[in-house]
Amino acid sequence: MEITKSTSAMLSNYEVLKVLNDYAAEQKENKRNDQNLSTITYETLKYLNETPAGLQNEEIIPEVVKALSSFGLTKAEKLQLINLRPTTAVEISLIVEESEERISENQIEEILRIISQLPALEEEEEEENEEEQQE
Amino acid sequence: MFTLVSMVDTIKIPPWLFNVTLDEAVKTELNRRFANKVIYNVGLCICLFDILKFEDSFIFPGDGASHTKVHFRYVVFRPFMDEVLTGKIKGCSSDSVTISLGFFDDIVVPPEGLQQPSKFDDSEQVWVWEYETEEGTHDLFMDINEPVRFRVVDEVFVDTTPASSGTKDANISTSVPYSIKAIISEPGLGLLSWWTNK
Repeated sequence: MEITKSTSAMLSNYEVLKVLNDYAAEQKENKRNDQNLSTITYETLKYLNETPAGLQNEEIIPEVVKALSSFGLTKAEKLQLINLRPTTAVEISLIVEESEERISENQIEEILRIISQLPALEEEEEEENEEEQQE
Repeated sequence: MFTLVSMVDTIKIPPWLFNVTLDEAVKTELNRRFANKVIYNVGLCICLFDILKFEDSFIFPGDGASHTKVHFRYVVFRPFMDEVLTGKIKGCSSDSVTISLGFFDDIVVPPEGLQQPSKFDDSEQVWVWEYETEEGTHDLFMDINEPVRFRVVDEVFVDTTPASSGTKDANISTSVPYSIKAIISEPGLGLLSWWTNK
């Protein structure tokens, strides 16, 4: 077995979730499934469904990536923003390296606003008002 | 968190699987071979993403199976350096905190990687962040199963292939093939409940 390209591409959590959902659907039909594949599919789906990726869809992600292109962020930073869906400036400063030098406070607000277009995980204590605002 | 790795391998399809299409047989075999396994210096393989190319299939004398060289891409879990991820606390010991993602359990935070100052509470066997404000010190406990945000700072691959010399070395079989070192010492890292304003 040879590795031809060690990093062919980076995948967002949503893309992996989609692939795993297809596998899960296939596994439901098969009676005899490989133990390892079943385990890893189940555990990874469980983890990903609890992240913001569980609610994302195919259309919103390219829109958000396009909107984020004006800030000079690296691919890795944009990927993390989509996977983690930060809601505070502290989280943005964690994801974007040297954020004080590269982006201003206004830009941080703008980024948060763009990110908030992605669907959010609803926590149990959140009021119903916020759910309606997203629609 | 996840990457696509292009690989090439020769897949052996035994004769009793000749009724299945080559595509299906190869996919099943690739998933059987690599899913949930760690490849040295590559990462934890999750599942097959797609097949890029089939080369010609060969049958060798004395063996009824067909051998096909396949180029394919695999979904691999391998967070990049300085990536921020969320997970759950799996356990605390006096020399580290272990975080788990469900499908991957070997994420270790050494004591220097915790928010400072932190101390280990022996009675509850958990680490505690002694957060200081003007009013005094708040003890923030790092309980098991709490969601945490952490940053990946290092990854360690250990080659766990069996030693060919035949000597039994208990150390090799119990070491973890892929482990990640993380920190939670920056603002925004640590338990999610420490940083939400509610």
